[in-house]
Amino acid sequence: MRKPIKQAAASLERRAVMRALVAERGDDLLVVPGLGSTTYDLAAAGDHPLNFYLWGAMGAAAMIGLGLALAQPKKRVLVATGDGEMLMGLGGLATIAVQRPRNLAIAVIDNERYAETGLQHTHTAHGVDLTGIAAAAGFESAQTIRSERELAAAVELLRHAPGPIFATIKVRPDRPPFVLPEKDGVELKNRFRRALLGAA
Amino acid sequence: MPPKPRPAWPDRIYDVFVRERVRQVVYVPDAGHSRLIERCQGDPHMKSVVLTTEEEGIGVLAGAWLGGERGALLMQSSGVGNCINMLSLATVCRFPLLMLVTMRGEWGEFNPWQIPMGQGTPPILEKAGVLIYHLTAADAAEETVEAAARISFNGDRAAAVLISQRVIGAKSFK
Repeated sequence: MRKPIKQAAASLERRAVMRALVAERGDDLLVVPGLGSTTYDLAAAGDHPLNFYLWGAMGAAAMIGLGLALAQPKKRVLVATGDGEMLMGLGGLATIAVQRPRNLAIAVIDNERYAETGLQHTHTAHGVDLTGIAAAAGFESAQTIRSERELAAAVELLRHAPGPIFATIKVRPDRPPFVLPEKDGVELKNRFRRALLGAA
Repeated sequence: MPPKPRPAWPDRIYDVFVRERVRQVVYVPDAGHSRLIERCQGDPHMKSVVLTTEEEGIGVLAGAWLGGERGALLMQSSGVGNCINMLSLATVCRFPLLMLVTMRGEWGEFNPWQIPMGQGTPPILEKAGVLIYHLTAADAAEETVEAAARISFNGDRAAAVLISQRVIGAKSFK
């Protein structure tokens, strides 16, 4: 088996990354995190009715983003998920690249760990390159972010550039305190639709 | 010999999709659904999304509904097995989820590898909380799909129409 590889130690902190991704958002940004850490990160960055938190459906965050992006071509859709969640739905990157939604961006907040289950290594710790996979699938732009400076430029792309955009953002494998958002799926769905569409 | 006439039932299902304002049609390609897929691809009001695995479609249609659009997921019974955990997204959040499943391993099947999921499809979907409608005769296609679409979109439920091999015809390996 391939051993974990020595990579440059990540310096970015996951909560700060999520705050940067959704900074100064208006009603034109729809955000789908993955289950686990990115859902807590998004809640910590500030609750919003146009966040569709996930507490399950592992591997589906990017697909929910795709359906939403196709239905709402004038809004920006940002999927902000983890490396473990993304790895479970790799085929979806091919599906998205074929659809080529101009308004969809995927940010993988990559700590190279399954944080929920005890910080075990994911494949990205062994060198599997999600950015390379997205680029090979045909994303408009795909890059790996390791510094504050790169992050600022990537946020601009993720929020505004013609998609589909992909970024792997390497973060430290720490576990900040839980910030648990609403977990009733019907409520999350209905409040999202009310905020986006008016009366649901 | 004149060409074999194409069956009309997929066209009747397409008519239901139009009436019910289905906007996203998501599928893993399937011979039994090929005519319906062609009709949907030819409709400028419908977006066709080819999936790498059926469970992707449950996510796509959840996103579609969040964005105000209705959709339908087409698959064959082997794909049902790929969907099981993802069905919790639809059932927990009560997303409308209209599924049309062409059955294999059910009636005159040639390929033994299709039999486990073919036989397992009805009880597995039921256990997962999906409403089931059996379609065993072509002339019932329109009313059956309409009924499933209405209960799905108006009742916020997952509903599957299981289209029998008696309707599709068992795949010929000759």
